[in-house]
Amino acid sequence: MKIPADLKYTDNDEWVRVEGDVAVMGITDYAQDQLSDIVFVEIVAFEGDELEQGETCAIVESVKAAADVYMPVSGEIVGINEALADTPELINEDPYGGAWLIKIKMSNPDELDDLMDGDGYKNMERDH
Amino acid sequence: MYTSHTQADKEAMLKVIGLEKIEDLFQCLPEEGKFPQLNLPDGITEMEALDELQYISSVNETTQELVSFLGAGAYNHYIPSAVDSILRRGEFYTAYTPYQPEIAQGTLQAIFEYQSLIAALTGMDVANASHYDGATAVAEAANMAYHNFRGRKTRLVLSPSLHPHYRETTHTYMDGMNLEIVGEDLDPESKPDDLIPLIDDNTALVQVQYPDFLGRIFDLTKLAEAAHQKKALFAVHINPIALGLLKSPSEYDADIVTGEGQPLGIPLSYGGPYLGLFATKDQYVRKMAGRLAGETVDTRGQRGYVLTLNTREQHIRRENATSNICTNQGLIALASTVYLSLLGKGGLQELALLNYNKAHYAAEKISSVPGFSVNPIQPFFNEFVLSCPVPAAEVNDFLLSQDILGGYDLGLTYPDMKHDLLVAVTEMISRSEIDYLAAVLEEEYHD
Repeated sequence: MKIPADLKYTDNDEWVRVEGDVAVMGITDYAQDQLSDIVFVEIVAFEGDELEQGETCAIVESVKAAADVYMPVSGEIVGINEALADTPELINEDPYGGAWLIKIKMSNPDELDDLMDGDGYKNMERDH
Repeated sequence: MYTSHTQADKEAMLKVIGLEKIEDLFQCLPEEGKFPQLNLPDGITEMEALDELQYISSVNETTQELVSFLGAGAYNHYIPSAVDSILRRGEFYTAYTPYQPEIAQGTLQAIFEYQSLIAALTGMDVANASHYDGATAVAEAANMAYHNFRGRKTRLVLSPSLHPHYRETTHTYMDGMNLEIVGEDLDPESKPDDLIPLIDDNTALVQVQYPDFLGRIFDLTKLAEAAHQKKALFAVHINPIALGLLKSPSEYDADIVTGEGQPLGIPLSYGGPYLGLFATKDQYVRKMAGRLAGETVDTRGQRGYVLTLNTREQHIRRENATSNICTNQGLIALASTVYLSLLGKGGLQELALLNYNKAHYAAEKISSVPGFSVNPIQPFFNEFVLSCPVPAAEVNDFLLSQDILGGYDLGLTYPDMKHDLLVAVTEMISRSEIDYLAAVLEEEYHD
């Protein structure tokens, strides 16, 4: 299971890459592995929407489950990965690269402190 | 025996809420209401009970004994005997959802074929495995439109000539969603295009009936365009038999087509069980409620059927599902599948034409009776509004005395239409019965 050291992580298996005041986010290698073959991704926000940390921003659907994806930090949606609509399997193939979900212009970058680093995520206790 | 709670469970729960015994929960009920004297008669034998029930049922008047011109959403059509004999085969005779494809191939294939027939009939990409009835299918369209826009569009534009019961069901389903439902207060005889000014950017759904509740047929092109211009979904509720003759709603670019499937080989039986038809475009399939059977191949490459796109449904999607309702009308959908297969495309067209011709003969005949009139320029299918010289309720009472079940008294729905009777004429009505209706009206209401 890949956990790049330069990313930040939530306990709901989202990752964040900070690019200036923008947070790029997606779901982790662990998450895609648990879900298995992804067949559908629905971004449930529009560009320009302001969402709070913890709000649902996407739904990822696999052959066996559908999982909510939450905002890792608060901010305005400034980018949506349109490619996932036609090629959701990208999440299985390249979860940290081509399969980013949304870009968020952070309204409160201090929230990044709530997230874990790679080691923290790797050692996180799971209740299942 | 299944015991939901053990004595220990019950005691533990009572302790939490601070009560000693179950009876304490019912203290608020008046004593005399708890165990009232029922004064039931003495027990009778099965033979006596059957006799009693048969007597009670013989008091009913049904479409077997009466000539029925009553429609308003439920229509008296001929049902070929083969429908029932296939339906009652042991292999099919369960209404239960076929979760296990390995033991339910026949049922799943029947659902798949039903879906394919409804998609072909409506011209839509995909149809679900059905809803309870036309009313719930209509309400699910509202639900789907609401979820399609993620709750951000909160206006529904409903035609006043969408069946009143269906509109009522939409209100029930959508209660608590803080929606603004408009259009219903327009003049019931207004046209679809009169809804256009009500469509704004906040509109999630524009919904009409075709033919409408008053039996009328309109070109829906402009209304569909207006809805799409404001990025709203456009839904059309159909009578499936009428589609044997009419342009399909997909040609008006409908996003959702719903229908009451009862005319497709389902008996009237006092209003149910009926069948809710629901079809949509491919792009909305993941927002569609209900079950969906799909065709696939097994590990040996053989054709097989399964429930598909399950992740739309509430047992997986939870509160993000479009609807809580996944139940379909398995047996009733099967009946309609058998019915449509027996008729075939040509048969359905002939049936539709027969209905159209008989209804038009009736309209012409009855409107020749002094005092009665039918709008001569309004296109209709098998149902029309008959303006009467006296309240429609009185006409119905008189007709019943002549062994005729009259039409639907429109005053019951639209207070300004107390003199209007909605008259349906299907293939079950003969020419001589239409002549008889006209004759008794003339006899009773001549000056």
